[in-house]
Amino acid sequence: MTSDAGRAAEKVARQSYGKLIAFLAARSRDVPAAEDALSEALAAALRTWPERGIPDNPEAWLLTAARRNLIQAARHRNVRDNARSMVTLAFEEAEERMNDVENAVFPDERLKLLFACTHPAIDRSMHTPLMLQTVLGVDAKTMARAFVASPDAMSQRLVRAKVKIRDAGIPFAIPEQHMLTERLAGVLSAIYAAYGLGWDGLDGEEDSRTGLTGEAIWLSRTLTTILPEEPEVMGLLSLMLYCEARRHARRDIDGLYVPLEDQDTGLWNEIMMAEADALLRKAGTFDCFGPFQCQAAIQSVHVSRRRTAATDWEALVTLYRALISMKPTLGAKVSHAAVIGRVEGAASALTLLDGLEQRAIASYQPYWAVRAHLLSELGESDAAAEAYRIAIGLSDNPTICTFLTGRLKAVISRSA
Amino acid sequence: MQYALIIRESAEDFVRRGDPAYRDGWTAYTKALVQAGILTAGAGLTPPETGTIVRRKGEDHDVQDGPYPEGKEQLGGFYVIEVPDLDAALEWATRVPVSERGSVEIRPRLQTA
Repeated sequence: MTSDAGRAAEKVARQSYGKLIAFLAARSRDVPAAEDALSEALAAALRTWPERGIPDNPEAWLLTAARRNLIQAARHRNVRDNARSMVTLAFEEAEERMNDVENAVFPDERLKLLFACTHPAIDRSMHTPLMLQTVLGVDAKTMARAFVASPDAMSQRLVRAKVKIRDAGIPFAIPEQHMLTERLAGVLSAIYAAYGLGWDGLDGEEDSRTGLTGEAIWLSRTLTTILPEEPEVMGLLSLMLYCEARRHARRDIDGLYVPLEDQDTGLWNEIMMAEADALLRKAGTFDCFGPFQCQAAIQSVHVSRRRTAATDWEALVTLYRALISMKPTLGAKVSHAAVIGRVEGAASALTLLDGLEQRAIASYQPYWAVRAHLLSELGESDAAAEAYRIAIGLSDNPTICTFLTGRLKAVISRSA
Repeated sequence: MQYALIIRESAEDFVRRGDPAYRDGWTAYTKALVQAGILTAGAGLTPPETGTIVRRKGEDHDVQDGPYPEGKEQLGGFYVIEVPDLDAALEWATRVPVSERGSVEIRPRLQTA
């Protein structure tokens, strides 16, 4: 079987796994017990499906495989273990659903699981890893690499978060309307954080189809099918597709970093950009602008360069202002300063950067890279070199390091 | 599930307890809990200065004047409510009339078999 078919099998296995975990956890509130019941079945599916093909009913296959584990494990278990019996009951309900011809399609309750994983009562830094593990079955070891933590520490934090979900009574439900927008923002942020990690290459995967960027896009696609009327959900998917469309243009043939402005627009993926355009337009029809639609709109301005051969910096200034008013993050403020540098000149942009809170910028790499660029435009080579050095010191990505080192050398040779 | 809503108040809040505007807020909130039929237990507590602390010292006990000096917020009282899940508890917690210097902690009640 080809590797494409292998990947397809893995995708179906993870999709069905997530659906079953969501079903069991929504009824027992016990994520660890649901995972215990299904993890071996997932491992078996990932082993055998790529070779033998995807079964006709993937969820039924996983349940049958899990049933064997469950019976075996039950023999060793304390009968009074209440939480286990809750999961066993949920398991039996799932089997009943599966055998019910009237309800041929197994219910997809993954969204409830997403809301539980990104609940404000859970440590924010754990939202993304928790979501990836429970909904997609990504293992703690892979996550540890992506989130720069030791595998033991990552496992412990995941366990703690899942125990909190169970013991604090965090609901597995789609929040009521008055809370939905706020809670949905948490889900979307966690998905986008997964995308960001994959984009930075921190997960060590160069292939987008197996890396976190692929998982994030896929989760967001799932979300658009479950919540088809939410413009911010479309905005997030549109944003990620715009970025993904440029994936192959951001490195040259030697693997060196190519900044957005210098990218060959012929290498951008037209199909993805067309889909992103369509999503953003559709989101706009709901007349309810939000931060993800705004970020997608910023990307749409950048990709228009493929048709107009120029970037509309004025439009970018307007959009970044809107973004800051909705979500005043450091990243938005630094990017805003960078585009001001194009419209009003480097001096105005530096004034904006100087106005940012000093403590926040100390370890924020993009700030120093933008600052260095602006200073070198003003001919302040020494100060620019200093800022480039700090930016290089703060980089965790070797290709960015190489790129900035090149800029640093240029600044030094110009001043010599 | 049962949750305790643990109320912490600042020194100024304890002084303001005689102030009808502050007190009425609490009376109204307690009424609302009773009205909703979810209040299972609770008590307001006198200010921390009235407390006495007993500590085990080996075989002996050490008795001290309260309160614990540390912390700007002190325990002011608690409610125990019966609601379906954390979101429902959160909704009630946001209605507690604490001032900006106080806080509400939500803790599930310990389940005993």
